[in-house]
Amino acid sequence: MVHALRRKLASRIMVTLTALSAAIAVSALLAVLAFVAIRGAGALNVDLLTQLPTPVGVPGGGVANALVGSLIVIGVAALLAIPVGLGAGIYLSEFGGNRFDDLVRYLADVLSGVPSIVIGIFVYNLIVSRQGHFSALSGGVALSIMMLPSIIRTTDEMLRMVPDTQREAALALGITRWRTIVSVVLPGARAGVTTGILLAVARVAGETAPLLFTAFGNPYWSARIDAPIATLPHTLFTYAISPYSDWQSKAWGTALILTAMMLITSILARRSRRFA
Amino acid sequence: MTTAERPLVTTSTLGLGRSDSAATLVRAAGAQAPAAPASAEATSTLSMHSMHVERLAAGFGRFTAVDDITHTIPARTITAIIGPSGSGKSTFLRCLNRMHEEVTGAWAKGSVRLGSEDIYAARIDPVQVRRRVGMVFQKPNPFPTMSIYDNVAAGLRLNQWGRVPTLDEKVERALQQAALWDEVKDKLFQPGAALSGGQQQRLCIARALAVEPEILLMDEPASALDPIATLRIEELMRNLVRNYTIVIVTHNMQQAARVSDRTAFLMMDDDRAGRLVEQGPTDEIFTRPRDKRTEDYITGRFG
Repeated sequence: MVHALRRKLASRIMVTLTALSAAIAVSALLAVLAFVAIRGAGALNVDLLTQLPTPVGVPGGGVANALVGSLIVIGVAALLAIPVGLGAGIYLSEFGGNRFDDLVRYLADVLSGVPSIVIGIFVYNLIVSRQGHFSALSGGVALSIMMLPSIIRTTDEMLRMVPDTQREAALALGITRWRTIVSVVLPGARAGVTTGILLAVARVAGETAPLLFTAFGNPYWSARIDAPIATLPHTLFTYAISPYSDWQSKAWGTALILTAMMLITSILARRSRRFA
Repeated sequence: MTTAERPLVTTSTLGLGRSDSAATLVRAAGAQAPAAPASAEATSTLSMHSMHVERLAAGFGRFTAVDDITHTIPARTITAIIGPSGSGKSTFLRCLNRMHEEVTGAWAKGSVRLGSEDIYAARIDPVQVRRRVGMVFQKPNPFPTMSIYDNVAAGLRLNQWGRVPTLDEKVERALQQAALWDEVKDKLFQPGAALSGGQQQRLCIARALAVEPEILLMDEPASALDPIATLRIEELMRNLVRNYTIVIVTHNMQQAARVSDRTAFLMMDDDRAGRLVEQGPTDEIFTRPRDKRTEDYITGRFG
């Protein structure tokens, strides 16, 4: 009896401890969100979303160029990373079964652990220093490298979850291997793959370090991919470390915009999984 | 439809020579066939070719699953492949449409002739073989992302580019042949996965028939079904055999006895490779087996 009580007590304590950990983890997230929302809301206005930055001390102005710039850089990154990531994921899942794909999987995991600033420096050397100028393209390349591992791994894993009986059913109808993949296997994994891509986008949308050496930033409108471009995380960084209080306030507003963008992407990712 | 009216398709359409008979009549998916009246009776399909398996051996890596099988499967008959677990029945079946080699490390030797053509000849594309030799699996496996209609149409659509002529008729005819049309005609665009197990299996049969194969391989097609659904599949097989050649792997002796015209008994030897012990007309195998092992197996002494 005594032992039973002790076991129950121990169990109760463990449940409490794990629940407490969960609560701490969630409250950290909520605290960050609340902090950004409260500080950002004060700086959020139509100008912030529609106007170019103004010089220090000049009232008004916004980060519209950085908003558009971020979308362009992320767009370039997605355009580069999605086809390559999907292709590599398909290769691993559908044509693998050898040493090479273990290596690819391992390297993808290593790549996802490489500090983002290192990727920034790498792309700086690869593109920026050769071309002699910063560019949206180089920023997109840096972010695409960061997106690749998670797209590859989720595609690989999601395709593996499609049962082999589906592939056999298609092959037995005299459907070619690649048509089977395109028309049977991929549709079967569509929800999971879409989720993986959206999460990869959400993850790199807030990256600052790789953009320091690549997209660089730009106080003016620019939609050219071969010229420096403003991005939200980079503008946020510049404003936040500035000594001017109106810029610091704008940094909070920018933080709110960025967080909202990532939140929306994550919610889309969840929905795409649910409504498969 | 009489023989003379059937669309003549040249051998090149399918990429497979069919030179054994001048009267060889085949149909190809997507050929400009006149729309046939959609009913189970009026089918443009007629299997003319028997299958000749010669000295077939197959396995995985260093393991030999079946060895030295020589066996003829006559056209428009049901051949049952029976034998204990591990005797290589499924491997043997999957060699007949070259599905066996889809497994990594799988190999096959010997020859399997469909009519006069060796489907293992170097110039033969296994994809083309599978359009002539269809397959139904143990567990119903309709495509979960597709509607009933799309499931049946899948083999036709995904084998070519662009629109498939008279697709509606072909889908209806396949569903009629699989005795499923009346149950699904009002919900063709609902997901195939929503059907009952027995219906799903008939959907898979319809899907295989839509490609208009000559031979239908069935790997324990009723083992996941209840007795009533099983009986329906067996009835269906008896109807289909008028136009198709059917090979069925089954664990169920009664089923083999009920449904098949001929039976082949496979058993593994001491080296674990399955070999053909005995084959012949089903009633002979079940009433007067020549081999002691066959008798022991069908009387339930082992297996």
